[in-house]
Amino acid sequence: MNKDKFWKLLGDLLVYGICIIAALITLVPLLHILALSLADQKLVIAKDVFLIPWGLNFESYKLVVNNPSFLTAYGNTIWVTVIGTLLNLLTTFTLAYPLSQKNFCLRRPIMLAITFTMFFSGGLIPSYIVVSKMGLIGSRWAMIIPSAISTWNLIITRTFFENIPDSLFESARLDGASEMTILFKIVLPVSTTIIAVMTLYYAVAQWNTYMSAILYVTDSKMHPLQVFLRRVLLQGSEEMAVGMQVGSARDMAVHQLKYSAIIMTILPIVCIYPFLQKYFVKGVMIGAVKG
Amino acid sequence: MTTMIQKNTRKKKTFLQRLWQDKAFVLLALPGIAFYIIFHYVPMYGVWMAFTNYNMSKPIILSDFVGIKWFEQFFNSYFCGRLIRNTLTISLKGLFFSFPIPILFAIILNEVRHTKFKRTVQTVSYLPHFISTVVAVGILKDIFSAPDGIINQLIVMLGGKEIHFFNKPQYFHGLYIGSGIWSSFGWGSILYIAAIAGIDPQLYEAATIDGANRPQQIWHVTIPGILPTVVMMLIMNVGSIMSVGYEKIILMYGPSTYETADVISTYVYRRGLVSGDYSFGAAIGLFNNVINLILLLLVNKISRKVADIALW
Repeated sequence: MNKDKFWKLLGDLLVYGICIIAALITLVPLLHILALSLADQKLVIAKDVFLIPWGLNFESYKLVVNNPSFLTAYGNTIWVTVIGTLLNLLTTFTLAYPLSQKNFCLRRPIMLAITFTMFFSGGLIPSYIVVSKMGLIGSRWAMIIPSAISTWNLIITRTFFENIPDSLFESARLDGASEMTILFKIVLPVSTTIIAVMTLYYAVAQWNTYMSAILYVTDSKMHPLQVFLRRVLLQGSEEMAVGMQVGSARDMAVHQLKYSAIIMTILPIVCIYPFLQKYFVKGVMIGAVKG
Repeated sequence: MTTMIQKNTRKKKTFLQRLWQDKAFVLLALPGIAFYIIFHYVPMYGVWMAFTNYNMSKPIILSDFVGIKWFEQFFNSYFCGRLIRNTLTISLKGLFFSFPIPILFAIILNEVRHTKFKRTVQTVSYLPHFISTVVAVGILKDIFSAPDGIINQLIVMLGGKEIHFFNKPQYFHGLYIGSGIWSSFGWGSILYIAAIAGIDPQLYEAATIDGANRPQQIWHVTIPGILPTVVMMLIMNVGSIMSVGYEKIILMYGPSTYETADVISTYVYRRGLVSGDYSFGAAIGLFNNVINLILLLLVNKISRKVADIALW
């Protein structure tokens, strides 16, 4: 009996230990960046900060929210996220709804054609040329139109719509309601879950978008946050310090501002995510049924 | 009654009449259909582009046909072997290290009885999935930078010599795959957690009555229960073994690490877009896509024969 208890305890120790280690591995890099953004800048430059923000202060945040290039990028990202997500939802839902209706005669051929694109594509170069021939290069719209629908999200939405009982809109159809009315007045009101899931998926993707901006948008004034961060974090750009005089503010701009910029970038996601986690997970579940 | 009449009349209708009847659906679907045609089907002319000498000023139809010139050029180039080797090694190493972790994590989480603890660990582990590649690579570079990064401080503190991780080809795969695991292990475990939740609880009860302890239950109930999901995910992963995306690598590599970091997709990006060799880039891209398609079909077929599990 005692021996059994010993093994059980050891098992628990192992299970809980691994879980704690996994959680720490996930969190420590983020907490390290958070500490660096909040600590006294002299200690940051002296590399004395790991997880505890010694000399806690918000100076670098004050500086970053007043930084013109950061603000421009933030504004661009908000534009891309709001307009892009709206476009995503509109095109995805208006396509997913007909494809979920069993008596739609083009349902199978369209589904087949769409599924095929998941396995074969023309590739990066032809896609680039199509966008350029459409005259989208250099335009803000190039960041959202070429990615208007994610096939995976479309399939998840269609699966959800397929599970709405027909009886719900059959009588409306007999009464002569148009399909547009049925979609917006009957289907969408009972689809709040999928609306939430899709809004979150698309909005996060738009918030994190950077490749389409690098490929299609040449003017750095239109670049979203992620491209701005790429310049500052990965290409060593000191643009946040432009126009500053040599001194502690400039030092902060070069050494510490990048950390508060990171935190400000992930903040919206980190804030909404714990509360809406169930919707994020639900999307995977709906997708897995068919996947 | 009405539906029966509808069905009867339906059968006699020609395709165009049915299309007319469904015009409301067609109208609704139109923006989406246009999107797929313009951004997915039109680019498939890249197949033709790969065999011509394309330049932007002429329509594609009028471009000179050059046969398999670009393919020959690629296969005879010094880079070809390196690119294929890097693509395959990164994929295979990735598969070997990152594929089992979400499965093990899901199994371990399932053994946690304390619901609140379990939920907290889950919530924390999903988080990196929502952090952008740029930020993830930015954090990675900061932590591993030399001489100031926290890892190098640790190495120096322990009496070692600082390592320029991002300039040494031998560390690239580790950094790439390791950060990939950080980003995706939690999120990747959701599917397996769902699969475990779908296992019939009676199986566990029966196992307990038979005197199976927890490790034995994992081995005889949990693992067989999630095996179909595991095989399915494995098919998808093996099927995409030749497609290593360029989005993350172009943020991480540099000329000093091309030796191990340059893969087919990044080369297509550099040659095709940065240098503007459109046809050459399209040809390599096509080669890569075709190999992927063949691999997927092959793996799917084998798995259907061997395990009776397939994507379609």
